Amino acid sequence: MPSTAPFSSRASLYGETGKTWLSAAIFILLAVLLPVAVLAMLALGGSLQHWLHLVEFVLPQAFVDTVLLLVGVGIGTVFIGTGTAWLVTAYNFPGRRVLVWALLLPLAVPTYIVAFVYLDILHPLGPVQSVIRDMLGYDSPRQFRLPDLRALPGAIFVLTLVLYPYVYLTARAMFATQAANVIEAARTLGCNGRETFYRVALPMARPAIAVGACLVMFEVLNDIGASEFLGVRTLTVSVYTTWITRSDLAGAAQIAVLMLILVVGLVWLEWRGRRRQRYITMHRMRPMQAQSVGGLKGLGLTALCAVPVCLGFIAPAWYLLSETIKHFQTVGGVSAQLLASAGNTVLVAAVATPITIVCGLVIVWTARRVRETTVGNWRSGLRLAGIGYAVPGTVLAIGLLTPLSFLDTGLGIGLNALFGIDSGLLIMGSMTALVVAYTIRFLAIAIGGIDAGLARVPASLEQASRLLGENSTATLWRVHLPLLRPAIVAATLLVFVDAMKELPATLLLRPINFETLSTWLYAEAIRGTYEEGAVAALIIVVIGLLPVILLSRMGWSSER
Amino acid sequence: MTIALKLDNLRLAYDTADGMHHVVDGFSLTLEQGEIGCLLGASGCGKTTVLRAVAGFEPVRAGQILLDGQIIATAAFHVAPEHRHVGMVFQDYALFPHLTAADNIAFGLRRWSRADRQARVAAMLELVGLDSAGKSYPHELSGGQQQRIALARALAPKPKLILLDEPFSNLDVDLRERLARDVRAILKASGQTGLLVTHNRPEAYALADYVGTMADGRMLQWDRVENSGQTER
Repeated sequence: MPSTAPFSSRASLYGETGKTWLSAAIFILLAVLLPVAVLAMLALGGSLQHWLHLVEFVLPQAFVDTVLLLVGVGIGTVFIGTGTAWLVTAYNFPGRRVLVWALLLPLAVPTYIVAFVYLDILHPLGPVQSVIRDMLGYDSPRQFRLPDLRALPGAIFVLTLVLYPYVYLTARAMFATQAANVIEAARTLGCNGRETFYRVALPMARPAIAVGACLVMFEVLNDIGASEFLGVRTLTVSVYTTWITRSDLAGAAQIAVLMLILVVGLVWLEWRGRRRQRYITMHRMRPMQAQSVGGLKGLGLTALCAVPVCLGFIAPAWYLLSETIKHFQTVGGVSAQLLASAGNTVLVAAVATPITIVCGLVIVWTARRVRETTVGNWRSGLRLAGIGYAVPGTVLAIGLLTPLSFLDTGLGIGLNALFGIDSGLLIMGSMTALVVAYTIRFLAIAIGGIDAGLARVPASLEQASRLLGENSTATLWRVHLPLLRPAIVAATLLVFVDAMKELPATLLLRPINFETLSTWLYAEAIRGTYEEGAVAALIIVVIGLLPVILLSRMGWSSER
Repeated sequence: MTIALKLDNLRLAYDTADGMHHVVDGFSLTLEQGEIGCLLGASGCGKTTVLRAVAGFEPVRAGQILLDGQIIATAAFHVAPEHRHVGMVFQDYALFPHLTAADNIAFGLRRWSRADRQARVAAMLELVGLDSAGKSYPHELSGGQQQRIALARALAPKPKLILLDEPFSNLDVDLRERLARDVRAILKASGQTGLLVTHNRPEAYALADYVGTMADGRMLQWDRVENSGQTER
């Protein structure tokens, strides 16, 4: 028999239930890819005039600003993230054990909040500049003021402050678990600490650092609040204003497509980084021994590592806390609107989270079964379902507007014809659109978390269950779900918190007069009224601390 | 005697970048009801692949597998593992870590009545000599105890055939042969047909009625233990 003979029964090796799973997974995958396809169609459908206008007036500035912002924040976060990760791994200095996890704290502060806070802190009449003027003996902002934060360097500064932990996380994981033997070998070959870092540790960690930097840049592309508050007209901001103020969907889609091209480049970089990282992580090594540094030098290291924590977390948190206390002392409570926004935030996140988790479970379980029954192609296809985390929120929202409105119209006609009900806008008029957007955007978190949990369940457990008479679905229910519970709980928490913090897609897809905490804060910051913004921001930061605590307790294995 | 398991001219293979790699080709054996067979060979000789094909985890590329006279696998036909009534003791035991020993044994008895199930679990615990371990979780048991629970779990649904994949490889050397004899006694006491895979010769002769020596995907010899000149039992 020729060795290339087709093998017909292979797909049915595990029985017939696979088809239901596969159909469900493919449906989810198509739903995820739909917005991207729609964008491409919209962009192609846009008139040439649009393109010319964009190329002439909007794109050059927005594109250059976006790239400069990406590069600036990329360099800043790599520098701070890698530097601090190496210091806390290679050296033992006072406060190191606290700093190891404290360096993660800025993750709790979304970009739009750190910008909101620093605008006020560094305002010419704000606390920092007043103190500086007092020290220097000036008494008016006209005599002395720091350069205005509202410019590209300011945006790079504040974004770097809260995004460096992504690089810190991946670099630290690399340094802590992989490098020990090699670094000791380098030492015996005569390298000192500095040489070891530059010649061995840094080259080894480069893929991990690249992965972290890509996560940072996804966040930068996604950011709308910080850029807008700080007056940087990035592509994201352009998408938003093109649609909201000019109602020009085709134009917004064209800019969005341009952003997608940037995203594809970043995804490719990240994928390459992860692939190389896997190659290195194949050899598990013991953690490296930190070198003790005492005295003044040790305190110097402590100070160096404490700076990012102070600027990225303690200062903003302190500011928000004191503003909140001040607000309660003067006003005595919070407005009904703020309470309603908080309620809306929890409601949307609470609806979107379980849907996201179930979709993630379907994708992961199907991918695992497909992996065992057919050749690998389907599996990488299903992985595409996680692409939403790389697609900026505004881009996703623009891509969803058309299909969801279309669905609304269809539903309206159908319900009217069948029952004579005027349904109005069932999807765009309710929070359904938000739930869809959150699910697509955060599906990668669910997939990643559940997949990592599943990888720890030996294949023999599934086989044992099958031989004891259970089919695949029953096996999932009786064996894997109980074993996956910690992974699912962790993924639920991460998705819930990210959904609560989401701003860009929410701004575009929320129903009229529907505010969440993040859109409330956005509106306050845009209006320049800071009354209750701090309260909303503080709530978001406190909730944002939950996954940071989880991360620090899980050790360092977790990545997005 | 009736024939319990028959492998007929079996070909097992996996796809590689440059075509198909044959792990096993033209492989045949028969095992009678109540007898214990053993495939003996170095790692990579294809013995585990044969076992996994009987369990239903590997596709058959040519030839056929018959269990109790019924075809369960050919190149075009495949009975799902859960419908084969085959039990298996895994190399890592594969005990469900979230279930007690008793619940592990009861796992395959979901469709039994409650009373029958409880009686069967108790009987199995007694059979493997671990009456008091029912409420323990797998991680609270020693390696040897875990192995017995895994055996009890595989036997509980009264399978037509029981497969043992290197069942002693995780145990101390001095424990192995004694346990092999215990396992033989348990299988014989319940009249089970069994197929064992190992690379350990003393283990094979302590446990099996038939031993087949495998190399390079082929059976070199398949004979009764008494006839092989190694009757040390």
